[in-house]
Amino acid sequence: MSLWEYANPKKFMQLSAGVLPWVGGLTAVCLIVGLVWGFFLTPDDFRQGSTVKIIFLHVPSAMMAINAWVMMLVASLIWLIRRHHVSALAAKAAAPVGLTFTAIALVTGALWGQPMWGTWWAWDPRLTAFLILALFYLGYIALWQAVEDPDTAADLTAVLCMVGSVFAVLSRYAVKFWNQGLHQDSTILKVGEKDPIAPAFYVPLVVCIAGFVLLFVLLVLMRTRTEIRARRLSALLARERLA
Amino acid sequence: MMPDLGRYAVAVLSSYGATLALLAALLALTVWRGRRVKRQLAEVEARQARAPTEGER
Repeated sequence: MSLWEYANPKKFMQLSAGVLPWVGGLTAVCLIVGLVWGFFLTPDDFRQGSTVKIIFLHVPSAMMAINAWVMMLVASLIWLIRRHHVSALAAKAAAPVGLTFTAIALVTGALWGQPMWGTWWAWDPRLTAFLILALFYLGYIALWQAVEDPDTAADLTAVLCMVGSVFAVLSRYAVKFWNQGLHQDSTILKVGEKDPIAPAFYVPLVVCIAGFVLLFVLLVLMRTRTEIRARRLSALLARERLA
Repeated sequence: MMPDLGRYAVAVLSSYGATLALLAALLALTVWRGRRVKRQLAEVEARQARAPTEGER
């Protein structure tokens, strides 16, 4: 059986219907366990005090904001190369989810930054790249709405997605590229090195990250199913008008 | 049992409040639109199934 069989809308609907309850259940478990553990059961950081609890929201949402764009890029490339409609609709479905994660990362970052850095916002490379990524999300969603023909919309948004990928990469690696600004480099990938996160924070953080990944999968599956149905609905209505 | 958040209580609680509100709104919108489109599709499919085909007219 080939992976491409799932690009068939009917197969996708069948598979996703079976998978959705499991993904939904796992998402709920990971999010509840991770957030309750992070909020109620972790100690204060010796420097950051209780603001360290924001890590359980900020890091997973920021990771997913970038990963959602990467997923949209892959789906867009599949659309451009193989013309599978499900992949174009999956990219469309993922954009509002990615935008929400980006908004959460920006809001929680500002709320964390104010007490720690003394400012809500700085034109730091990472923060600025992230803001531009948020604007790309808005542009991507607006372009889907603005173009009436769905295939043309899928083509144009796929190109926009490729351009925006520059900022998705920049928002991840800006600290390494410019080595300046207020925002620190990623810490969770340095576990085991000189400056790791203590296990008391690391373990619930991993659970929260798993919860956010699963939430993204859940929402994209649900929204893709809706987009497939909406596409069929508009085709049927068009046929009715012609009859 | 509420943890003692000290002088950062506003920042921490605002972060959790804003995140949960945004995620709940996204989930609610997703479910609402999903149900609406599913219902509309079912209505149109039922209407077209009842309509006479070209050969029946």
